[in-house]
Amino acid sequence: MVPLSYYLILSAILFGLGAAGFLFRRNLITLLLCVELMLNAVSLTFVALSYAFRQLDGQVVVLFVMAVAAAEAAVGLAIVVAVFRDRASLSVDEMNRMKW
Amino acid sequence: MHQALFFVFAAAALGFAINLLIQRQPAYGALSLMGVTASLAPLYLMLGAEFIAAAQVLFCAGAALVLLVFAILLVNARVEAPSEPGSFVRHLGAPVIVLLAGLVVAVIYRQFPAESVARFGDFPGQTASIGRRLFLQYLLPFEALSILILVAIVGAVTLAQRRTDRNP
Repeated sequence: MVPLSYYLILSAILFGLGAAGFLFRRNLITLLLCVELMLNAVSLTFVALSYAFRQLDGQVVVLFVMAVAAAEAAVGLAIVVAVFRDRASLSVDEMNRMKW
Repeated sequence: MHQALFFVFAAAALGFAINLLIQRQPAYGALSLMGVTASLAPLYLMLGAEFIAAAQVLFCAGAALVLLVFAILLVNARVEAPSEPGSFVRHLGAPVIVLLAGLVVAVIYRQFPAESVARFGDFPGQTASIGRRLFLQYLLPFEALSILILVAIVGAVTLAQRRTDRNP
């Protein structure tokens, strides 16, 4: 019997780790991975609260989150490939021009 | 048993997440994210979300990560060069994140006392009801999502296309 709060705390910690990675890492692909990690943490919260309230809406929302994450990954990675082709680098420090 | 399973998979998820944070090689980072998503799936299963657990394994740990690994292969990502973050992040980044996580944990402790426990099998998955809800109550968001994904596919192809007609 695991208290429900453990699931929520786990997801809070995962979200914090994702946010920390987003702030401290400099690689564009790692930033995308950290965004995915935060989305996963939020999904865990949705599923846990769906269990707590015995409502299925949370699980439906998780499906939507997965689909949006897929769209985000596809467009994000396309941008990464385009940027790398242009700059030959993935460091966000070097991405300081809007135009090329 | 339930408790042991929870702690094993929670520890795995946390370990992989920390590895994602400290890993300098993006390919290993992608594999760590795959570990996180794969170890979250059993937790979903324990919360009675069997359809979500299956979708998580198939989609998040499978398809999305394959896409990521292919992109990493395409861009020939090297080891990330260590660099100095900006002054705001250097001084306030860690305290702000710890404060945020602490606040969330405090609210959770206040809202969900230890009596509310999750029992396996208490809330059976009801995949059929999820489907019914998806196609009745959430039909409009569902259709909007299909358009979003179509736009994302077209956008990704357009963005990643090699431009040959570009004049310098």
